Amino acid sequence: MSDTTAPPRRGFTLPPMTVIGPVLALVLLIVLGASLNSNFLSAANVTNVLARSAFIGIIAVGMTFVITAGGLDLSVGSMAAFVAGLMILVMNAALPTLGIGLPLVLLGMGVALLAGLCAGLLNGLLITKLGIEAFIVTLGSMGIYRSLVTWLADGGTLSLNFDLRRFIRPIYFDGILGVTWPIIVFALVVIIGEIVMSRTAFGRHAAAVGSNEHVSHYSGISVARVRLVTYVMLGLLVGIATILYVPRLGSASSSTGVLWELEAIAAVIIGGTVLKGGFGRVWGTVIGVLILSLIDNILNLTSLVSPYLNGAIQGIIIVLAVILQRGRKASS
Amino acid sequence: MTFMKMTLGATALALMTGSAIAQTQVVGVSIPAATHGWAGGMNFFAQDAINRLEEVYPELDFVLATASDPAQQVNDIEDMVATRNISALVVLPFESEPLTAPVQAVSEAGIWVTVVDRGLSVEGIEDLYVAGDNPGFGRVSGEYMLSAMPEGGDIVVFRGIASTIDNERVDNFMAAIEGSNINVLAAEHGNWNRDTSFEVMQDFLSRFPEIDAVWASDDDMALGVLAAIEAAGRTDIQFVLGGAGMKEMIARTRDGDPMIPANVTYPPAMIATAIELTAVGLTSNAPVAGEFIIGSVLVTPENAADFYFPDSPF
Repeated sequence: MSDTTAPPRRGFTLPPMTVIGPVLALVLLIVLGASLNSNFLSAANVTNVLARSAFIGIIAVGMTFVITAGGLDLSVGSMAAFVAGLMILVMNAALPTLGIGLPLVLLGMGVALLAGLCAGLLNGLLITKLGIEAFIVTLGSMGIYRSLVTWLADGGTLSLNFDLRRFIRPIYFDGILGVTWPIIVFALVVIIGEIVMSRTAFGRHAAAVGSNEHVSHYSGISVARVRLVTYVMLGLLVGIATILYVPRLGSASSSTGVLWELEAIAAVIIGGTVLKGGFGRVWGTVIGVLILSLIDNILNLTSLVSPYLNGAIQGIIIVLAVILQRGRKASS
Repeated sequence: MTFMKMTLGATALALMTGSAIAQTQVVGVSIPAATHGWAGGMNFFAQDAINRLEEVYPELDFVLATASDPAQQVNDIEDMVATRNISALVVLPFESEPLTAPVQAVSEAGIWVTVVDRGLSVEGIEDLYVAGDNPGFGRVSGEYMLSAMPEGGDIVVFRGIASTIDNERVDNFMAAIEGSNINVLAAEHGNWNRDTSFEVMQDFLSRFPEIDAVWASDDDMALGVLAAIEAAGRTDIQFVLGGAGMKEMIARTRDGDPMIPANVTYPPAMIATAIELTAVGLTSNAPVAGEFIIGSVLVTPENAADFYFPDSPF
């Protein structure tokens, strides 16, 4: 229905470094991985890496919108743990009445989406209606959700009923034509996110709000509503990520989702979104997520460096990836 | 020295109990919050021991504080001394360094100090030290590997969070299998975390076409490893040795699961031992000063039932 025959306008000039930078870093990592281990490009390893990137990836797409609109959300990791815990508790509790089957799984999914949505809405309302700094609100909710999941689990681990776990395992491990569900959902979220960001009024409004709140306000954009929607979207995406996470190991504890918020934020920034807001790039975020996952993967596939130094290698590559994309800007 | 300390400790206790016969004494218990499975179990056993001991000793009051970081733990301890007038402190330090000076101050104020699991940086502060046996944990695990794989084989090793505890375990494990035909293909940090271990094991499975066994060194890590093996459909791995005695894993060993033929204990209930011994010291003339090391025991299908605690969250 849309006009796809229109020729691209910037086809002749080489894309700027901000565009090539993250892609180049990703390509270099892939070449490095492939040269270090012959199994790196095997279907099994590619599936592993893409599927495990899906959680952070889906969340990071939402984070791209929040950051583009000038916000920040530190609570997503704890939120994911809390939503996972809640989902497991509800599914276990409803097991005797509903029995193992599709209705129970749908109930679990519904709970996860609803809980994510409410959590995002709560963050968003506190930030936009009460005008509290996003950093403070989400730092607070980060602690709250982390404590709540510890409390729900009584300090231990919440585990799905064993037979139920068998039943929902395919949500993480199976898929269509060898492409597993997490990868499919991740791809869909990215495509929809990219369209919303670059082709809709909402995407432009988010960038405008992040770029200059006052000008946006006088241009007739409801700053508060745009921001609120970005937090709600992020909450919903946390719910979706949790739906994919729970079937993997069938458990949640206070150590679930630790530091996911920082990984998501790092992926967003590596991808070229501006931390101060005003400009966002969903496809860049995907590259950022893949860079982060590949570093771990390559370090595990080889024994080049002492495992004590894994964090240092990660840090160096994150900073390098950002330098690579800003390099030309700094020198010109 | 130890004898002197013990006699002194016993005398001090006798004096304390003698002068406070009628009035209640308060025992402060300060432990890290339940941030992972093992700590969750430890919290459970602490609460359980306190509930039980309050029945047994009407003359004792217990105050339990859980801290989510070392600074908060220091505050907890200062509050206990200032407002609850504790006669004894049972403390499992979050970290050794930051807790050493505050606990030393408590000790110098004449309060009985029991340190659990993680030792302080300065020796001789505590009256009683109750701890698990980390070198033993590694050694027992290594010896099990030797007996389970007399012909030798290729294994991968999962390490915990980089720390003294982890080093002691791994060093002693390596020492135990040294000179045998057991070959460690790779060792990587799984950080005592299921998700991390799942991903590391996936990568190990891509990297090595043939793995004979896994030393996961912890039951949370073992669960992640098992999930990765199952998902990959690999049949070359004969067994996974976890550790710490999580009840689900103990149950699987008890029920004869061939993938989990054994476990090595590192009981979170050691906090109960510490509280109990402290209570005995406060209320009787039995000397309890010194060191109490709780050995790491090999759990096999034959004795697994003795290590299964259905009520514990761990």
